Amino acid sequence: MARRFKSLAALLTSVAVATAPQLAMSDEIWVTNEKDDTISVIDIETMEVVRTIDVGERPRGITFSKDYSVLYVCASDSDTVQVIDPETGRVLHELPSGEDPEQFVLAPDDRHLYIANEDDAITTVVDTQTRTVVAQIDVGIEPEGMAISPDGKIAITTSETTNMAHWIDTETQELFANTLVDSRPRHAEFIKDGTELWVSSEIGGTITIFDVATQAEKGKIDFEVTGVHPDRVQPVGFEMTAGDTHALVALGPSNHVAVVNAETYKVEDYILVGRRVWHMDFNADRTLAFTTNGVSGDVTVIDVAKRKALRSIKVGRFPWGAAFRPTGS
Amino acid sequence: MIRHLCAALAVCAMPMAAVAETMDITVTWLRHVEPERPVLSNLDPIPEDRGRAGAALGLEDNQTTGRFLGQTYRLDIVEVPKDTDPTAAATAALAVSPFLILDATAESLLKIADLPQAQSAVLFNSSASDVALRAGSCRANLFHTLPSDAMKADALMQFARLKRWEDLAMIQGAAPRDTVWAEALRASATKFGMKLGDGKLWEFDADMRRNAAQEVPLFTQDLPDHDLLLVADVANDFARYIAYNTWEPRPIAGSEGLIPTAWSPVVEQWGAAQLHSRFTDLAARDMTARDYAAWAAMRAIGEAVTRTKSTDPATLRAYMLSDEFELAGFKGRPQSFRSWNGQMRQPIPLVTRSAVVAQAPLPGYLHQRTELDTLGIDAPEATCTAFN
Repeated sequence: MARRFKSLAALLTSVAVATAPQLAMSDEIWVTNEKDDTISVIDIETMEVVRTIDVGERPRGITFSKDYSVLYVCASDSDTVQVIDPETGRVLHELPSGEDPEQFVLAPDDRHLYIANEDDAITTVVDTQTRTVVAQIDVGIEPEGMAISPDGKIAITTSETTNMAHWIDTETQELFANTLVDSRPRHAEFIKDGTELWVSSEIGGTITIFDVATQAEKGKIDFEVTGVHPDRVQPVGFEMTAGDTHALVALGPSNHVAVVNAETYKVEDYILVGRRVWHMDFNADRTLAFTTNGVSGDVTVIDVAKRKALRSIKVGRFPWGAAFRPTGS
Repeated sequence: MIRHLCAALAVCAMPMAAVAETMDITVTWLRHVEPERPVLSNLDPIPEDRGRAGAALGLEDNQTTGRFLGQTYRLDIVEVPKDTDPTAAATAALAVSPFLILDATAESLLKIADLPQAQSAVLFNSSASDVALRAGSCRANLFHTLPSDAMKADALMQFARLKRWEDLAMIQGAAPRDTVWAEALRASATKFGMKLGDGKLWEFDADMRRNAAQEVPLFTQDLPDHDLLLVADVANDFARYIAYNTWEPRPIAGSEGLIPTAWSPVVEQWGAAQLHSRFTDLAARDMTARDYAAWAAMRAIGEAVTRTKSTDPATLRAYMLSDEFELAGFKGRPQSFRSWNGQMRQPIPLVTRSAVVAQAPLPGYLHQRTELDTLGIDAPEATCTAFN
């Protein structure tokens, strides 16, 4: 009975928070739940889900504007990018996104979204201010990974079936290079001030590293998890720790996150997390990472320095993307 | 950076001209029409473009990649009527291109593979699941993208074993294909240490749509004790009428109920839903196992051309048989070819009509090379010598 009373109290607290979100004081991690059409908001302080927000169908890519005043969400099956007020959780308006937007990246100008249209082999560029499509660029089949260089001059789309990184000149909105990577590229990031591009290949089981100036391949990272067959070690999302010294790499159905030294390109550690780990984001000082685990429907919290999983937090069905939101923003 | 960009742009103003030299690859999809058995039910018509639509989707996929690399792909379609010998058409096709995706019976496949003009060609079997084609009757120029009966049977047995459904019974049809499938199931049962006695032959020719409820309980009353009832009926002529009408309440598997297959629209994970939606956009129907096999053959050629930057059949063949080759086949694992018989390794989904029940290889079936080789003929038991 006492236990029930306590959970009731917890429920009341969360109701209070839900009705008065402006009182939320702590930093948050926002997680898209692909099979629930919701976003779970995790309070980093308490490590609990404090809000659940209804969004469009099959939410995947998630990112905040630079000042965190609006949230962009790819509602893939609604064929739109929703612009949401993070305070109220209300959809402010929708952006024309092309069909089946899966993943996107916000340009450094805080204005242009580069969106991968998975079903259409197109990258769509949308101006979030005028709410219009600026350009559509033909890319390979099943575009997914999106990245943009820190100076905003190069955008990258990776295509899962064509197995390429497509290099887009953002001035002309045209391709200027297409580089092959291993099977099923999923995610791309510019690192080290935009001098290196990393692309993960899910089925190939590798990360390919490109020298951005020449678009030449300069390295490849392989993964090997003890007791897990190489076929199941499938790198998907990855993020860099503070100072770009290490990458945390989500290895899909191997249920591990790899810690990669960004200088030597060597894997230093593997951390056991939830099932089918997909993407992640960090807290403010990047001491904690929050990974989305699609199959187990939870988020694993990783202590970055200790390279250990601290706990898991139940979210909705098939969590896909994660995005950090600071206090009082 | 800007200057570099401009330099790059000058070279690559058009994405299709990213590589200076261009490569043209023609692939022929050749069907030798098989006589199909009439079946009782009208529910599952065989699509007129079965297999062909899969090759066409593979072509689209290859072309999209190809336009960034200066490769152009073409698909020629050849249909040989069922009463006509396919060798003349195959010879003509081989004069145009050494790459053939074949949709034909085992007998026709071997006729074509044995043509003198085919000896340096790369042929794909996308239609025949006969184990013999991967064993004693294998040919060095014949790859197989459709899983063998042995692979499918092993997938089912792994599942039955995991469920501890160790006592099996079987009803088999009288068609030659049913016998072949039943033999594969029996061999697999032995491999996995299951008990499967002689199958009971289904010989009825009454219309089961009207009287299955009367006939099937009687027919199944004297089956040995079993946990799972296998039904070997490749055309699904009678298998569909067995479920729920058996004497004992038992699940059924094989050709109805729980079915091991290369592909089914119920496969949704690993991006499979995207492949399926691209297919339905193209063909306005569901993708079948044969479509999948034809697609995989087309993509295997595209992947090999892209990685080797060659169109030479010997180079492509060697690459496809090497450890380097991998195809993302939308079933969660890289798919490659077995170097001892040219069979494409691939996971086998075990499906009902509305869901994936499991996907083999199942957890616990380990292998020193890849767990995918727990399905079908493995290297130590291979009797195919053509690939040595």
